[in-house]
Amino acid sequence: MNARALVAAVLAVLGPRLVSADQLGTDPLAYAGPAWSPYLVGTLIGLLTMLTFYFSRKPLGASTAYARLAGMVGSLVAPKHTGALPYFQEKRPEVEWGVMLLLGVTAGAFLAAWQGGELTGEWLPPMWAARFGEATVVLRVVAAVAGGIFMAFGARLAGGCTSGHGISGTLQLSVGSWIAVFCFFGGGIATARLLFR
Amino acid sequence: MTSTSHTNKRTMSPASGHRKAGARDSGSGSVSITQLVLGGLFGVIFGFLLQKGGVAKYHVLIGALLLEDFTVMKVMLTAIIVGGAGIFGLHALGLVELSIKPTRYAANSIGGLLFGIGFGLLGYCPGTGAAALGQGNWDVIGGIFGLMVGSYLFAEFSGTFDRTINKWGDRGKLTLPELLGMKRATFLVIWLPGLILVLVAMHRLTVR
Repeated sequence: MNARALVAAVLAVLGPRLVSADQLGTDPLAYAGPAWSPYLVGTLIGLLTMLTFYFSRKPLGASTAYARLAGMVGSLVAPKHTGALPYFQEKRPEVEWGVMLLLGVTAGAFLAAWQGGELTGEWLPPMWAARFGEATVVLRVVAAVAGGIFMAFGARLAGGCTSGHGISGTLQLSVGSWIAVFCFFGGGIATARLLFR
Repeated sequence: MTSTSHTNKRTMSPASGHRKAGARDSGSGSVSITQLVLGGLFGVIFGFLLQKGGVAKYHVLIGALLLEDFTVMKVMLTAIIVGGAGIFGLHALGLVELSIKPTRYAANSIGGLLFGIGFGLLGYCPGTGAAALGQGNWDVIGGIFGLMVGSYLFAEFSGTFDRTINKWGDRGKLTLPELLGMKRATFLVIWLPGLILVLVAMHRLTVR
């Protein structure tokens, strides 16, 4: 009985939820917005950057941690080759502040969603399902993997992501960060329009 | 851990360039236990805020790229205003060092556009993607795999880029006031109220 209850609970969380996607369509405003005011959240993120600068001497940033994780996998699969790459000599494949930050983000988001009753457990975002259909999990995986590859390659070339350039870099008035952010949105707007409009 | 951090601050002048303190941003990053714990703690707060701000939601992020939902822009602009005032304030008091990324016109723009294409396809960015995973948006798992593949792919080419794209239009740690030939303080006096005006206009003109 316990085992069955456990399986049911796991399925309830993991199982695809295919409800009401068609009713809401591809209008993003038809779906639930943020739980908290964006101005409150932005203010608290701004204060958080002050804490990270003061206590860790680091700006908030997320993308480099993925490179370190990739380097760790690379070190297991092809240690010689990975160790010889100049990038991984500079950004060593190890669990450091940024990797802990990234793991913390996942944990913190879980706590927030759990506390606010917003855990989703979806294999397809409802807005994606409304646009492309319910039976497009494979297409979604392909888009997500390809998107991730473009995004990481672009972030490394540009020198940061929506956090590192988009918040930490822009607030310090870096010209390159402002250029990068406008290009993030430029490329993103064009791609999202092609997909959804 | 707070006291350790303070001690480091007092014994090291900001410009002295010591590299041995665990907190210092060197290529190898920060691996002291204190900094690992702090990184995790700051991450939990960041992830909590991202989720509460709605920016771990696929439709909110795609809505931003469709210019129909401005939640992302409002969060970012507010953080830029508050964080900017805060960081330059702390810097003026000698409490923090700035950490300015280099301006490389070609790399920033080409990399930025590639990032944008990926942003549209995936629907999450690296930070909000990690938050989306915590929230239960399992479609981000493919994206996380892709982010690791793309990072490794870049590492294969990084030497080539250092000799080519990264050199094109390399302006070093250029800031907006330097570009305009203004004093930073003067610039901020115009800049911060200007950003607040943009935010107020955005609040009035957008539904969400």
